Amino acid sequence: MGKVGIIGVGQSNFVRTYPGSLKELAFEGYREAVLDAGITTDQIGASVICSAPEYDKQRSPAGVVAEYLGLNPQPTFYVESLCSSSSMGVRLAYSLVKSGLHDCVAVVGIQKMSEISSAESQERMGRGTDIQWESPFGTMMPAYYALFAQAHMDKYGTTPEDLSLIRLKSSTYGPLNEKAVFRKALDLETLTSPDSKMTNPIASPLRVGDCCANADGSSCVIVASEKMATSFSKKPVWIMGVGAATNSVNLSGRELFTGLPAAKEAARQAYDMAGVTPKHIDVAEVHDCFTIAEMMAYENLGFAEPGGGRELIRGKETYLEGSIPVNVDGGLLSKGHPIGATGGSQIRTIVQQLRNEAGKIQVKDAAIGLIHNIGGVGLYGNVTILGR
Amino acid sequence: MAKMEIDDRFSRFGTVGFTATSRVNDFMGYLDEGRVMGTCCKTCKLDFFPPRADCSGCLGNDLSWFDAGEKTGSLLTFSKMKYGPKGFEDDLPYTIAVVDFGSFKMFGRMSRDLEDEDIRIGMTLRVRANPLEGGRINYVFHRAEPARDGADINA
Repeated sequence: MGKVGIIGVGQSNFVRTYPGSLKELAFEGYREAVLDAGITTDQIGASVICSAPEYDKQRSPAGVVAEYLGLNPQPTFYVESLCSSSSMGVRLAYSLVKSGLHDCVAVVGIQKMSEISSAESQERMGRGTDIQWESPFGTMMPAYYALFAQAHMDKYGTTPEDLSLIRLKSSTYGPLNEKAVFRKALDLETLTSPDSKMTNPIASPLRVGDCCANADGSSCVIVASEKMATSFSKKPVWIMGVGAATNSVNLSGRELFTGLPAAKEAARQAYDMAGVTPKHIDVAEVHDCFTIAEMMAYENLGFAEPGGGRELIRGKETYLEGSIPVNVDGGLLSKGHPIGATGGSQIRTIVQQLRNEAGKIQVKDAAIGLIHNIGGVGLYGNVTILGR
Repeated sequence: MAKMEIDDRFSRFGTVGFTATSRVNDFMGYLDEGRVMGTCCKTCKLDFFPPRADCSGCLGNDLSWFDAGEKTGSLLTFSKMKYGPKGFEDDLPYTIAVVDFGSFKMFGRMSRDLEDEDIRIGMTLRVRANPLEGGRINYVFHRAEPARDGADINA
């Protein structure tokens, strides 16, 4: 069996409120990816539609989206793994192509979080965990990640200022990303001053500046066989490794509160499959839904030892000019986080890097890139390694 | 034929409940008596909290109840929430926590009796049933370590 490549990537603008329907939003990312690949709709053998359905009013969105994209009568699959849905979709597409069942699969990630009211959204977020044993205490995603931040600070001496440095890096690159929802440059004073709204507490020790924003958005990744990829793409990017793992949703089942074992296990699988180590990674996109999530990603991916993540950000090693550039497209903290679309957007950034098409955020001679995409609070871990 | 009575005691768990029925509904009966109970697989000798009706180790369902309130545990981590989901507005602010009791861990809330400055990772805690308004109930963590005068504040 041959290699599996990515021949097209696309994403919509990520915005607070998209002025159109769910399927129209899906079309924006899809159109960009199909044009990028230089193929026609009839060359796509199947679609994988990825979202977290609790935000959609549309029931069974895969069929409705596939129809609007012009992908009838091809089969469509629906994949949901919370915030890592579209990375899991790419894993499914890889399997479909690798098995020979399809030559070309379009993975469409989508989320229109503004489709329901803010109050409804909050209520659904409260049910994103164990609804029998945890949600009745009143839980939200920021508070879950705050539990990890508290433990990380206690064990390793990580400080709120260390976390602010991660947001500062994000805001260095966010203004350069024309598709990001938050493009305002922030300075360290704004991120750390007690008088700044960015330091207003959300769930201790996390503050406003530590949290990404909800967004509407779509993404698309077109996965193809080696034969098709070499035929249609001047710069095919190859899927070298795909790793995926799960962990206990209820925190009473966790052994670790300073990292995410599902991410670490997914990374181990992806590194083994690709035959590379963390030192071979030239550029990475990690799931920075909260600043502490990026800090833990440094450590779970092997870019730093446990507790060593703060030294990476203090030394600016994860900046564009550093030893391992991370989230130089602004990450979720600047782009916003349209749940189902996020993984595809991360993959798009790495594909552009490996094609040397990343413009102002291009990492010189990037040959191998990594995508770390997390669902829930480490309930689902996905790591994908791409190479040119 | 008589209508089957549904045991929906679990719907009273927490400020807002999302689960009405469970095969460990007796947890609620014990909680009403002031006891926070877990289950233990008689075959595997594994303690479960939250309590399970089935053992994923041996696939059996012969489990017994144990009183988690008899143990003391160590605070692993916590967070004071300034914002909460719909339905929890009147509870804010409140502090969630994870406590390690050795053979099991427990997620829950810290007692309001504890001041923020008294909460620290590693402190010794006990769990207690905590009746709420409207006939609802949950459990919270109280300090179990000796107070400065040497008395156990939970004794």
